[in-house]
Amino acid sequence: MSNPDKTGAAQSGPAAPEAPEAPLSGLVPGEVAEAGSAAPSAFLEVRDLRVHFPTDDGLVKSVDGLSFQLEKGRTLGIVGESGSGKSVTSLGIMGLHTAGQYGRRKARISGEVWLDGKELLTADPDEVRRLGGRYMAMIFQDPLSALHPYYTIGRQIVEAYRVHHDVDKKTARKRAVEMLDRVGIPQPDKRVDSYPHEFSGGMRQRAMIAMSLVNNPELLIADEPTTALDVTVQAQILDLIRDLQKEFGSAVIVITHDLGVVAELADDILVMYGGRCVERGPAEKVFYEPQHPYTWGLLGSMPRIDRDQTERLIPVKGSPPSLINIPDGCAFNPRCPYADVPDGDRTRTVRPELRPVGERHFSACHMAQEERTRIWTEEIAPKL
Amino acid sequence: MRGARTAAGPRTVLAYVIRRLFAVAMMLMVVTLTTFVIFFVLPKWAGSDPAYLFAGKQTDPAAIEGIRQKLGLADPVLVQFWNFVQGLFVGREYANGADVTNCPAPCFGYSFRTEQDVWPQLTEAIPVTLSLAAGACLLWVVGGVAAGVVSALRRGTLWDRTAMTVALAGVSLPIYFTGLLSLAVFSYQLDWISGEYAPLEEDFAQWFQTLVLPWITLAFLYAAMYARLTRATMLEIMGEDYIRTARAKGLTERVVIGRHAMRSTWTPVLTLLGLDLGALLGGAVLTESTYNLPGLGRLAIESISAKDLPVILGVTLFAALFICIANLLVDLLYAVVDPRVRIG
Repeated sequence: MSNPDKTGAAQSGPAAPEAPEAPLSGLVPGEVAEAGSAAPSAFLEVRDLRVHFPTDDGLVKSVDGLSFQLEKGRTLGIVGESGSGKSVTSLGIMGLHTAGQYGRRKARISGEVWLDGKELLTADPDEVRRLGGRYMAMIFQDPLSALHPYYTIGRQIVEAYRVHHDVDKKTARKRAVEMLDRVGIPQPDKRVDSYPHEFSGGMRQRAMIAMSLVNNPELLIADEPTTALDVTVQAQILDLIRDLQKEFGSAVIVITHDLGVVAELADDILVMYGGRCVERGPAEKVFYEPQHPYTWGLLGSMPRIDRDQTERLIPVKGSPPSLINIPDGCAFNPRCPYADVPDGDRTRTVRPELRPVGERHFSACHMAQEERTRIWTEEIAPKL
Repeated sequence: MRGARTAAGPRTVLAYVIRRLFAVAMMLMVVTLTTFVIFFVLPKWAGSDPAYLFAGKQTDPAAIEGIRQKLGLADPVLVQFWNFVQGLFVGREYANGADVTNCPAPCFGYSFRTEQDVWPQLTEAIPVTLSLAAGACLLWVVGGVAAGVVSALRRGTLWDRTAMTVALAGVSLPIYFTGLLSLAVFSYQLDWISGEYAPLEEDFAQWFQTLVLPWITLAFLYAAMYARLTRATMLEIMGEDYIRTARAKGLTERVVIGRHAMRSTWTPVLTLLGLDLGALLGGAVLTESTYNLPGLGRLAIESISAKDLPVILGVTLFAALFICIANLLVDLLYAVVDPRVRIG
């Protein structure tokens, strides 16, 4: 892990948008942030996060200056296309971005990740490891490949519990059965001894969730938790995540390309494009008053049951940008139908900053806000 | 083997083993028939006669006729085969009126060269070969896998390159080169190893001492393959999602690699082991003759050069049995190692 550029982060990080809702419980006691580096009041605060991977073809800027905050008990939805940097963001927070990098050039990470007053990127990796699974846990996309094929579900949950709790196997096993029961697995005392391949897809994801929640983590990151599942099972899993969040009061980040999932779960939405945040705000704002052409495109490409089937979906034209050669100016400009609206060549030369467009609502677009509101209400919204 | 959903209870496993053993028996019958045809029928067509081989230097037609009578070589081929198989199970007598030789079950015939029963020669040689094979096998699996894991984790470093170069040498250098080299250094120059092979139960120190070099030599040949296989597998596994999950749980790198990643290398290693155990007897032949160990391999060499057909036949049958049992064991181990494999 490289050292974060703190001065750079202070300058380019966006202004803190809102007052935190509640003071925080002491998660990592005894750790007081050093004077000068302002410890944030939010439970999770990411400032100017950059994760770059050196490759033979060039530097892949998977995440390039991302900032956001998240409070306990709230859910943030990170939305974007494949390769927009959603998953790498979560891996960066967890300190897992170097996974699978053996003997190759290491990933470069910079910025700040504050979890309950503790900066993670400058912290001792071993300390961050100990936070993993205990204070922050992750649910992965494909539970079949994310669970070890040769260990029973019970053994994997027991292991997750015993890393952080000094208990004997029997107690941990009881806890595993309890968790399996809690996530709705029938006959948990029997299924605890099953192998992942003996579970259905939905059951596997439930087991995965049980494993993630076994230590009551305060931050839960769900990376495409329903992508690999049937639609009917998806709804069950989403309900489960929502219920569990209520029960445990954790902060949740849901990473997805499926706006339906976000609509179901998220309080706030962060739209990513080309490793950057293009729009961020409360879910209802982003859904009903989106302020970025890319968000419009995402909303336009979402199938709706109340729409006439003869109408075609409106896809976002073009393909996601190469993360090695991110377009100058606004990363979205080659695909943006409104790239020529702002004066001059600004969309192609100047990178737009994330600017407030409403209460807790930010957008990075060169178009004037009035112009965007007009286009949305007159041109886009009627077609959706 | 795969797919069946029922859990493998002890009864399923037992039924499976019995079925496999039956298949092994059938297999051995086929091997017996084939080798019998090769050794006792084909030579006749080529104008040779086992009786001449038995007779050695004496060419008295009457004596040869006597031998032919005694060994039953004048009988039809099927009768000869039947007698042979019968001998395996109940023993047989070789008689030509004047001269009776009794051969108790399991009767593989008796050696042309020494006029001894084949069976005791086999039973004497088998423990030697098993000692050699088991020790070398243990050594190469442990050594190869360990070297492979370290190489994978230190990919691209000096250690990795050195280990992989040594591994390449191991695959490429024949036993009669490495074996003789090690003998020249450790036995002749340094005089660390001396004396004849002694059975394990008689003299452990001597047994161990005479086997150390053969173990290392034989293991060196195979360990290389395992090091390369383990390295490749390990590199692949370290990129798997479940390794990321293991890290996300907060496990130490030690546990992630030593437990989660290592667990997945067993399956490919076992696959290779199954193939190698079959071919191991070939390696044992060279090793045993190089180090003068009185095992099956040396027995095979000696009997082949002396055209001692019954002994060759016996060794061949035993090699076949060895391969069949090894395969059965590996298939059973598969189910232990990979819970997705079901016996049945």
